[in-house]
Amino acid sequence: MRVPLTLRYRPRAGMVAWAFHRLSGVGIFAFILLHIVDIYLVGANPNLYNDVLAFYASFPGRILETVLGAALLYHALNGLRIVIIDLWPAMTVYHRQLWYGTWIIFIGVGVPGALIILRPVWLPLLQQLGLA
Amino acid sequence: MTSDAQPAPTQGAQPTPTVGDIQAGPVTVSRLSRARVRPRGSRKELVVWYVMRVTAVALFVLALAHFSIVHFIWDPATQNAAFIADDRWNQVFWRGFDWLLLTTVIVHAFLGVRTVILDYIHPRAWRNGTLWVLYVIGIVLFVLGTQVILTLPTQALTTGM
Repeated sequence: MRVPLTLRYRPRAGMVAWAFHRLSGVGIFAFILLHIVDIYLVGANPNLYNDVLAFYASFPGRILETVLGAALLYHALNGLRIVIIDLWPAMTVYHRQLWYGTWIIFIGVGVPGALIILRPVWLPLLQQLGLA
Repeated sequence: MTSDAQPAPTQGAQPTPTVGDIQAGPVTVSRLSRARVRPRGSRKELVVWYVMRVTAVALFVLALAHFSIVHFIWDPATQNAAFIADDRWNQVFWRGFDWLLLTTVIVHAFLGVRTVILDYIHPRAWRNGTLWVLYVIGIVLFVLGTQVILTLPTQALTTGM
């Protein structure tokens, strides 16, 4: 199928890197606000903290943790890429490899990580289907 | 979208990068890392630029280790307030680790949001007001986090000595 030229906007890698970095950064920032307050509750109101943790361990909580983990992993890997290029200019020769490497590590570490966090979600499903 | 025009090289300035950087408003972005290029002419911005990168490397270790500990080594379903007090924080080392994480993450996160505010909020009064609120929230969170790390009683710390 021919796509009209005007609809064929293909963002450059660097633009995607920047947009995801900012998006994940702001998302992690929001969680950190929550997380420092919830840890403060361990001392101030342990029962309320236990309720918050029960949510973290629940099904929707685990979905959100997976999203948080993905944001954190991307931000960490892309941030390391930025630091390498900015502080070690000789590495700019390999900027393409660094960018692809970011995604290879992201998938390679992120998918097993997501499976571990979501284990209480998919394991009962497999058991119900008689597969585990 | 991009302008390859380089500022005229001035005497004593750093060598112009071989790959054209991108001028986005008052900010110059590195074409390859897509982060801000090392600022010139402002000592304060240069310090912020370095602090972001130094804390980034520290957080690469601290934050990813922290996330792995509380999600992969222990599962959230096994954790509660007593677990924090008696298992996670029963050693000075782990309190120190988490305090270091708290400190670096607050510096990095709030300087990061400062950059976002500088990018999007331009009227001087709004910009300064937002930054002021941001810094106050950062200091309050630092105090809250430090207080709970320093004062949460632990069986091992209170009775085991």
